[in-house]
Formats: sequence, structure tokens, C-alpha cells
Amino acid sequence: MIALPLLLPLVFAVFSLLAWRLINVQKVIAVLGSLVLLAVNLAIFLQVQQGGVLSIQVGRWTAPFGVSLVVDLLSAILLLTASLAALAAAVFSLAGMDAPRLRWGYFPLFHFLMMGVNGAFITGDLFNLYVWFEVMLMSSFVLMVLGSGRFQLEGGLKYVILNLLSSMLFLSAIGLTYHFTGALNLADLARRMPAVEPRGLTVLIGVLFMVGFGIKAALFPLYFWLPASYHTPPVTIAALFSGLLSKVGFYALLRVFSLLFSGQWEFFQPLLLALAGLTMVSGVLGAAAQTDFRRLLSFHIISQIGYLVMGLALFSREAIGAAIYFTVHVIFAKMALFLIAGMVQTVSGSFDLRRLGGLYRRFPALSLAFLVPAMALAGLPPLSGFFAKLLLVIAGLQESRYVIVAVALFVSLLTLFSMTKIWNEVFWKLAPVSSAGKLPSAPPQNDALPAAMWAPVVGLSVIVILMGLFADPLSEIANRAAASLLDPQGYINVVLGGLP
Amino acid sequence: MSVLLAATVGVLFAAGLYMMLRRSLVKILVGLLLLSHAVNLVLFASGNLVPGRPPIIPASGAPPAIGYADSVPQALILTAIVISFGVTAFAVVLVKQTNQVIGVDDLNELRNTDAHTEMDAVFDLDEELIEHCEEEEYP
Repeated sequence: MIALPLLLPLVFAVFSLLAWRLINVQKVIAVLGSLVLLAVNLAIFLQVQQGGVLSIQVGRWTAPFGVSLVVDLLSAILLLTASLAALAAAVFSLAGMDAPRLRWGYFPLFHFLMMGVNGAFITGDLFNLYVWFEVMLMSSFVLMVLGSGRFQLEGGLKYVILNLLSSMLFLSAIGLTYHFTGALNLADLARRMPAVEPRGLTVLIGVLFMVGFGIKAALFPLYFWLPASYHTPPVTIAALFSGLLSKVGFYALLRVFSLLFSGQWEFFQPLLLALAGLTMVSGVLGAAAQTDFRRLLSFHIISQIGYLVMGLALFSREAIGAAIYFTVHVIFAKMALFLIAGMVQTVSGSFDLRRLGGLYRRFPALSLAFLVPAMALAGLPPLSGFFAKLLLVIAGLQESRYVIVAVALFVSLLTLFSMTKIWNEVFWKLAPVSSAGKLPSAPPQNDALPAAMWAPVVGLSVIVILMGLFADPLSEIANRAAASLLDPQGYINVVLGGLP
Repeated sequence: MSVLLAATVGVLFAAGLYMMLRRSLVKILVGLLLLSHAVNLVLFASGNLVPGRPPIIPASGAPPAIGYADSVPQALILTAIVISFGVTAFAVVLVKQTNQVIGVDDLNELRNTDAHTEMDAVFDLDEELIEHCEEEEYP
């Protein structure tokens, strides 16, 4: 059962490769496949929510010797979120992806990417986590530069080099961990790590992990590859990356630090809190200076990562629960915003805020669709972002971390400023018009938007609204996931099966 | 032995990071290669090197005495080498393609996705004109 999220994307990818020339078949596989994956992940989520942790030992090599696949509540939540995001991206790419990219293997890569993402969420083994990261990164590398546009190659180069560097740091950290503990299974490591002597070395290993995952999750000051590359590929790909990739980095940070380094928190807490604050502030200030729709959103990815890390750094049940709720919220809201940027580009031919304008007059429904995720991201009630930030702020106040709370609230205000800037420039202001052909004002390209673009955006917006309306039960689930992260004994028992 | 290995790893890391800080794309590739070798050696050393004690159970069935070589790191290295081979091959092609399309081998020239773009330059010239036009067209 829990291997299905790995096997299904592989099967879909293989069938898409077999149907290399039959783009329509690939489209059907992508949408139906994403639906099947969603159903499977929903079933896994329901089962985990009732019955606790699920695990299997691959090839019957018992833990801690083989590779364990484990799904606890956190993994189940993220699997479900990821498959919803994938479905939205798959549907959007029916209309939003250009023909050459479809012909050159967009859909197979999409499935491989999902396999890597799901694998990272499911695995219970440190080295296996590295392998899934590489599966995910390799597909994302190719997706990033697919089409070989000038800007794409340039952005892709920065993305590839820095992510390879982070993989190497991650791998060195795995080597050191294995040397000091003789284990790679995460559950086994959770038991052995506290016994490692001298203590300073655990901190060193932790820092290596933090830098490795920090590059992938786009933490301050390691995030510069993100705004340099995320705006270069087509917007569907950018939306998928923004929703999933950096969040997988954060998931790895959360999983590894809660299981392995909770004993070193007096060292990591101030460090992570400082990084969280700086990530929020620098991300949102970077966004304020942008004039490209996608670059602006890319900087917001960074600033939102700061909130997630703040939840991790506070390390209480409420804080981590809030971070999990926040992760789900930001995946949906961010994807919706990127997809809307794609729709705006479809109807007006540009991503440049200075070129755009007057869309409220032409597309009132699109403006409304933008407003929902934008206000959610800024944190206005009753949308999901308000409750995510509220929970985080409450958790921060409980832990008496007033500075980070103040920073979080201040950044929230700046986020609102950024979103109103997009609103003013793209939707509210009058369209700039060219005089004498000198101004590069793009002519309107389309007057109708295809349903395949509307469906995912409306769907994501509805989810964002529902997450706000049902914030209480949802955050309760997130809190339970957080509780099992803070007290991993149940996780360890299931994986190791009561080994001494 | 492990001192020698540690020194090698150190030199490889230093050289790799130095090369990654260079401006030329090819040198950065060389840096990546050196770093991946360094990491593979770290993995190799992580299992406590034991010369001449293979972890093989003889035909008699008696398990080898404690202190035999750990075979897990070798499986890890094998995986890591395969992955880094694939990734490096991709990076080489990417650098070649970038060089063909953009025509430079200097990172200082590759700033178009970071800061201002060509489109920005056009706009900086004409920004005032845009505002002016707006008023004209929409009374």
C-alpha cells in the first residue's frame, strides 16, 4: 500500500515514455494518473489518521539493515498535499504547456519528479532520502532547462550547480553520521544519535545537514539560486517547483532535526530562529523591489520558508503543528498565484508588472481568483494564511520569543504590501498603451482562458478558503502530526518492530 | 591509512571549493568533480578501514570474527558514484549548451536572471512615457 506512491508515478512515467509521440495519450495518463495518485494518498492518509504509523521493510530486509518505508501522519499529510498540487499542475499543463516541451518529454519528467517527491516523504532511511532527493533534482534539472531558452539555461545553471553542492554536503553529513552511529535508518538513528561522543561532533553533523537542506529549502543566506532560476521556466513548471521542491527541503529539515538533533536544541534553536527571521525579512524585501510577476512570487517563496523554519525552531507541539499547517497552506496558495501569473501572461503576453494593467476591467473573475490566494498569503481572515500565522504567533508567544513574533507580523504586513502592489499594477491600474510603436507594450493575446487553466486555479482557491473555514480540525490533525514528531517513540517502535 | 585518506579528502575539498569559486564554467565543473570525489572518499572512510578482512562467511559456515570490514559504505559509494556520474554528465551537457546559446564561459557575464534584464533597460528609458500615454488614452 504505502509503496504505491512510488510505484504509480514510475508506471505512469514508463507509459508516458512508451507513448512518446502520442501527446494526447500522455495528457490522459497525466491527469488520470494524478487522480489515481490522489485517491491512493487519500486512502493512506485516512488509514494513517486512524491507525498510526505504517511501515514496510523493502525486500524483507528487516530494519535497521534494510531500507524502511514509513508513513506517519506528517508524511501522509504532505503526500496528500503533494498529489493535490500535482493534479492541479497536470490539469493546468494541458493548456499552459507549449507543444515543443510536450513533445520533448514534459510529462514523463513530471511523473519522475512526483516519484522523487513522494519518495522523499515516504522513506525512513537517510541514504535513501538522498537517493530520492537526487531523483527529484534530476527531473527538476531537466524540467528547468527543457526548451533551452537563453534565460532558462542561465537560471538552470545556477540552480544545478548550487543544488549539486548541497547534495554533496548532505552526502558528507550522511557519511559522518554513519561513521559515528553505524546506522542509516532514521528510527535507529534517533536512538543512537544521543549516545554519540563527543557532543560537539553531533553539532557539526547537524550543521552540515542544515546547510545541505538549507540550500534546497532556500534559507537565508543560501537562497540566491531560487530567485535567479524560478522565473525562467514556463509557469506550470515554476508553479510545481514553488509548491513542492523547497517544501521537500523543509520536510527533510523537519524530519532529520526532530529525530536526530532534538538533543542539541540549545545550539540549533537560536541559530534557526535567527535564520528564520532573516529569511522572512530578506525574502519579503527582495520581493518589494521586483517588477516581474514571477520573480516577485519567487522571493515570496523564500519569505514563507522563513515562517516554516520559525515553527521548527520554536520546537513546541503547537509551533510545529502550525508549521505543518503553514506548509500545506503555502503550497496551495503559492501554486495558485504562480498559475494565475501564467493566466495573466496568456491573456496579456507579459509578466512585467509595468507592462500589465487593466485586467480588472477585462477579467473580473481572474482578479477575484488572484485575490483569494494573495490575501491568504498575506494572512487576511478568514483564509488559510491567517490561521497559519495566528497559530505560529500564538506558539511564539507561548515560548516567549517576542522578537521573532514581531518580525513575523512585520513581514506579514510587507507581504500584504507586495500583494497589493501586484493587484494595483496588474489588475487595478489602466493598461499602458504604446505611442507610435516605440513602447514595448504587448498586445492582448487571448480573450478567453481555457477551462484547463481555470479548473486548477479555482480548485486551489477553494482549498485555500476551505482550509481557513475548517482551520480548527485541520490544525488539530497537524498538531497530532507534530506531537508524534516531538515524541518519536511510536515511530521508532513501528519501524524497528520492538527491537531492543 | 586513515590519516592519508583524511588529508586527501581535505585537499580534494579545498581544491574543489576553490575551483567552484572561479569564474569560468569549465573550472566550476572541475570543482564539482573534485568535490564529488571528496565526498565519495568520506563515505569510504566512514566504515573504519580494515585491510585484509573481507566480510565473507566461509563455506564452513562459521561467521568471521568481529573486526571485519564494513561493506555498507561500499554499497553507499557505489550508489553515490552512479548518481554523481549521471548528474555530472548532465552538468557537462548543460554547460556546453549554455556556452553555445549564450556564447560566454564567464559567470560574471551570466547575470541576466539575477538583476536587471534587457527588458528592464528598455523600461528605464521609457517609464515616464508610459505614464504619459496612460493619461492620454483613458480620459
